[in-house]
Amino acid sequence: MTDLSLQAPSGLSAAAEARASKLRSFRIKDGAFRNITLASALLVLAILGGVILALVIGSALAFSTFGFDFFVTQAWNPVTEKFGALSPIYGTLVTSLIAMLIAVPLGLGIAIFLTELCPPVLRRPIGVAIELLAGIPSIIYGIWGLFVFAPLLQETVQPFLISVFGHVPVLSTLFAGPPYGIGIMTAGFILAIMVLPFITSISRDVFETVPPVLKEAAYGVGCTRWEVVRQIVIPFTRVGLVGGVMLGLGRALGETMAVTFVIGNAHKISGSILAPGTTISASIANEFTEAVGDLYTSSLIALGLILFIITFIVLSIARLMLMRLDKKAGV
Amino acid sequence: MTVLEPSKHTADAPLYRRRRGKSVLMMSLSFAAAFVGLAFLVVILLTLLIKGFGGLSLAVFTENTPPPGSQGGLLNAIVGSLIMTAIGVALGTPVGILAGTYMAEYGKHGKLASIVRFINDILLSAPSIVVGLFVYEVVVIHMGHFSGIAGALALAIIVVPVVVRTTEDMLNLVPSQLREAASSLGLPRSTVIQRISYKAAQAGMITGVLLAIARVSGETAPLLFTALNNQFGSTDLNAPMSSLPVVIFQFALSPYADWQALAWTGALIVTFAVLALSIGARVLSAGAQK
Repeated sequence: MTDLSLQAPSGLSAAAEARASKLRSFRIKDGAFRNITLASALLVLAILGGVILALVIGSALAFSTFGFDFFVTQAWNPVTEKFGALSPIYGTLVTSLIAMLIAVPLGLGIAIFLTELCPPVLRRPIGVAIELLAGIPSIIYGIWGLFVFAPLLQETVQPFLISVFGHVPVLSTLFAGPPYGIGIMTAGFILAIMVLPFITSISRDVFETVPPVLKEAAYGVGCTRWEVVRQIVIPFTRVGLVGGVMLGLGRALGETMAVTFVIGNAHKISGSILAPGTTISASIANEFTEAVGDLYTSSLIALGLILFIITFIVLSIARLMLMRLDKKAGV
Repeated sequence: MTVLEPSKHTADAPLYRRRRGKSVLMMSLSFAAAFVGLAFLVVILLTLLIKGFGGLSLAVFTENTPPPGSQGGLLNAIVGSLIMTAIGVALGTPVGILAGTYMAEYGKHGKLASIVRFINDILLSAPSIVVGLFVYEVVVIHMGHFSGIAGALALAIIVVPVVVRTTEDMLNLVPSQLREAASSLGLPRSTVIQRISYKAAQAGMITGVLLAIARVSGETAPLLFTALNNQFGSTDLNAPMSSLPVVIFQFALSPYADWQALAWTGALIVTFAVLALSIGARVLSAGAQK
């Protein structure tokens, strides 16, 4: 690394000295720049570490007071200061499940349309339009869900479900009335619309990695379009698809504002998906600024920690699967 | 249709018909899926226009948020959003660009760069409400009150991963011959990066910043318990500050009709600002790739 000119004997001309000092400043700046970029990269790690640390410290009081019961208690009573995370956890998981049940087939369908059916001219505009759905802020989905979508469900879909399944065992509990409009199901639907673009764009990207020769060979032996998709494209891209779905799930689990508008914020587990409920993020958004007392605040932060851990695990799995795909594509 | 039909003599004509029927059915379903996806976009945008456009007037941009039952605008919310977004982006962008530079130019395949890349991708999709909790714990509690600067910090934390990601991707697209040519002239590494790589990746990096602005200008959750809200036109960073998304949240859930109307107008403004930014970013990056 040492530049020869830096060790030049003294007594040289002024020009050489100027050159030496110029080189020295080059070297200092060069090292400094490298270290600044390194520090910034470390800062990204520090942010994650800081978030986890802050949540752990903030939630310590709640965990030490309630212990493991915090995870399995349904009670959420600010007056008696009894808090349990069961119903928000339940609501988070069920709304995300509903969202995935709707968004995965829909997203795969759109991706199949874009890669197999769509005329090339329309491919990019439609793809961009779907991605714009991802750009719409979640609060917009919330206000739209509350004033447009929920009343629509309340007047049409929900009475229909109640009347159809009302007398079927098991299903009658799942769709027990009355139709509130807001509730677990509405939140799941809104989440489905929100994660749709993520699932679509990743599925489309991985579908495009299938070598054309594979598909052509399948068409050559007489496969139909659907058979090519089902037997060639989907098996070839399985890992990437699961990665994309997990990424969408990670989004759905942590989504806050859209859900807060339409979930109804009831700390209660109900067998019916038409009933109001709550999710982790909606509870925090609704109650945090009004929480009085350390235990209340700490319990909400504990909810945040649980949410962060769940999404961290789901997103890690998603990334690992997508990374495996990148490696395969790189070879 | 008849051209594709196999000869009528083959024994498995019914099987073939069934296979084709299934294929046509599945393809129609995927067509329907695309239609549904686009329909949601159109319906949401139309609703915003119908409910929000009527409320658009000069007063929206010149008057502060009103108490219930009186006339007013969204001036303080718009100003607050602009201030916090500007500070958040100003704080987050340099960190993001430098970290992205480390990963693309120095670390590349190193262990540290891989870990940072992985963590950054997780932060990119992590729930933003958790960021709000973090800033509340670290800043708001120590300051003793909600403040505009806390809100801006929360937004900065959301900006960083977006910028890191795009910077790294864009620098990776710069051909290494460019760097090698510059290095062969004797330029130090840092100069090569600043003068050559950054120049070549410029448009893409600006795209990343635009996307980050679009992302944070609609963020609500991290502002709820950092910046809170402010009924008055305050530009004091040390005091609670209102923002467009938080005002929309508060007004939409209120029982007052004129507040709800203002919420729709605010929603219209936010959405079209965000969409304009993300379309602008796309046009820019498409132009750069040519």
